[in-house]
Amino acid sequence: MTGSATTPAIAGTHSHGSGVWKRNQRALAPWLFLAPGIFMFALYVIYPIIASMWLSFYDWDGLGAKTWLGLDNYAELLDDDAFYTSLYNNIIWLVLYMLAVPAGLFIALFLNQTVTGIRIYKSLFFFPFVISQVVVGLIFAWFYAPNFGLFYKLIEWITGTGIAVLADDRYVTYGIIAAGLWPQIAYCMILYLTGLNNVAPDQIEAARLDGAKGYKMLWHVILPQLRPATFIAIVVTVIGALRSFDLVSIMTDGGPYGSSRVLSFYMYEQALSEYGFRMGYGAAIAVVLFAIMMIFISFFIWKMVRDERGM
Amino acid sequence: MVNTWEVYCMTLSLKSTLLGSAALALLATQAMAEQRTLKYYADFDPAPLAAFEAVIAEFEAANPDIDVVLQNFDHEGYKTSIRNFLTADSPDLANWYAGNRMAPFVNSGQFLDISDVWADNNLGESLASAKGSMTIDGKQWGIPYTYYQWGIYYNKDVYEQVGVEVPSTWDEFIDNCAKFKEAGIDCLTTGTKALWPGAGIFDYMNLRTNGYEFHMDLTAGKVAWTDERVKNTFAEWAKLVEPGYVTANHAALDWQDAASLLIQGKAANYVMGNFAVAVFKDGGMTNETLGFMQFPEITPGLPRGEEAPTDTIHIPAGAKNVDDAKKFLAYIATADVQTKLNEALGQLPVNNGSKVGDDPFLQAGFELLSTADGGIAQFFDRDAPAEMAKVGMEGFQEFMVKPENVDRILERLEKARGRIYK
Repeated sequence: MTGSATTPAIAGTHSHGSGVWKRNQRALAPWLFLAPGIFMFALYVIYPIIASMWLSFYDWDGLGAKTWLGLDNYAELLDDDAFYTSLYNNIIWLVLYMLAVPAGLFIALFLNQTVTGIRIYKSLFFFPFVISQVVVGLIFAWFYAPNFGLFYKLIEWITGTGIAVLADDRYVTYGIIAAGLWPQIAYCMILYLTGLNNVAPDQIEAARLDGAKGYKMLWHVILPQLRPATFIAIVVTVIGALRSFDLVSIMTDGGPYGSSRVLSFYMYEQALSEYGFRMGYGAAIAVVLFAIMMIFISFFIWKMVRDERGM
Repeated sequence: MVNTWEVYCMTLSLKSTLLGSAALALLATQAMAEQRTLKYYADFDPAPLAAFEAVIAEFEAANPDIDVVLQNFDHEGYKTSIRNFLTADSPDLANWYAGNRMAPFVNSGQFLDISDVWADNNLGESLASAKGSMTIDGKQWGIPYTYYQWGIYYNKDVYEQVGVEVPSTWDEFIDNCAKFKEAGIDCLTTGTKALWPGAGIFDYMNLRTNGYEFHMDLTAGKVAWTDERVKNTFAEWAKLVEPGYVTANHAALDWQDAASLLIQGKAANYVMGNFAVAVFKDGGMTNETLGFMQFPEITPGLPRGEEAPTDTIHIPAGAKNVDDAKKFLAYIATADVQTKLNEALGQLPVNNGSKVGDDPFLQAGFELLSTADGGIAQFFDRDAPAEMAKVGMEGFQEFMVKPENVDRILERLEKARGRIYK
């Protein structure tokens, strides 16, 4: 159809059949091109979101019949200590994970120089992001391990008594976040390194002529030019903090006694783990997590749209 | 993965010789068609897998018209995938566990009632010890083929070094603990990172304090967790936890980590299942240095209940070859087969006509279980519904770290009970 419409000689012979197409070509073509994408997006993103919300009103073990509960799952959430622990931990994650952004910037500034072998140093700093989160989790779990872990031994040597970070409900979340920061800093660093490559040298020169250096140079000249990199770094870090699941699962399995749970892990525990299969309750947790994510996602989209219009 | 590759290679070679041997291939497929296949999904570790393959080969030799196709899964992965394959692509036989653990599948009609196999083969008598845990609504839903005892494994060298006797009462056990503590040895070790090892301790504390009937009522949700008797259990348990007789940082240890503490002589006792013996022996312990004792008596005169989780085979409701599946189950239930299987598994046969291996720990376990006049529990996470098990085991872990929280923990468990058992 499309082919015939663009060839006038043949189009003439088909003019009757392609009339509708011809008249609305401009309106329809974009939708046709979007159709595969929209279809996939609807099937794999929109539909599951709506289905989870729908499921959150039911009691369902994944096998038997569903029972309509209305808002009971949410009412239970409000009265569930484990939910508040997870929510609280999620907030700690969000706040502390943000450290990855300035830390990444600092390392990027430090590495942004021309010395022999700088590429090797850069790739070494980037290394933790390349290895799997599971490996990161295992390495840190051994690092913290009581009796033989390096960190445990170090604390024991300094204070006389070792601290088993992952067995102590006061420290466990911080211990996991520290493990998560390691690759996340590397990620932010690489974003800033590419950003630094694009900093306009003439502006730096001009600033230097005007007498700017050190902190002033960084704050007023370099950082504004790194804004796109900062934006992306914050976006990936927020998302990383909210979906922090693998490290919790590998390092503590939510323990000790559930004190290192985050929402995504609690959702998995309730809906899919060995002792769970409360699909409705898990879905309700997912909806709450989605609502929290929506706050950030809406902000990011709003900012992106505004920036695009501004340009 | 390997299998896929092999099949691929076979297909390749088949193609190249197809023309030449077309007639032969045709004959072969015709011969295959006469065999009925029996699809069996299982989650065996390597040693049990070999034993089962041998038993299956014998079954096939006796029934040449049946071809058993065993598909082995990873242990942990199996627990989630069973929910998928039972509803989607059901095998004819599937492994699972006894007690409340099979209740969701029985109640949702995923397992077939096989009371007729029990009746026809007089299994009510030969598998008597497990009949209770295989029965829901007065019907039997599977065949048990193995179980193993729980109890206290101890390091004999450490007992000698400190100069204490193997205790038979709880008071003696606690007295010993004080002496171990002086010597810088953990009296009781455990690794509760995966939660369940702590449940083993709770089960025995409760079985010995309040007896089997009460323990079953509690796990069935008939008794409140804030009941005075449950508090008594925790009070006895506190005698162990509060003075620091339990390995510190157990919440960060896997059960194998704790096992190495016992092997190295840094810990004296370990409440564990008999499967741990292999780990102790891998670590260099022998029958001379590793000891086994039954959990000491707490409330005098209570009938002694023990803990022996039972592994079972079931017929899913979606099975296509039910007749042969029943034949296979009847075969697995026989004394001879159970003897052979459990020799390889290093566990105890359920059939009372079977023979038990020479291993001293198996002999001790057999003695322990066959003289248990109280009853046989399955283990906390099989006796209690899955959700309750999870909340409970977290509570046990917290108690062993912060015994002062006991009231708050019990209130939390009671709240969960109100929600879970309806």
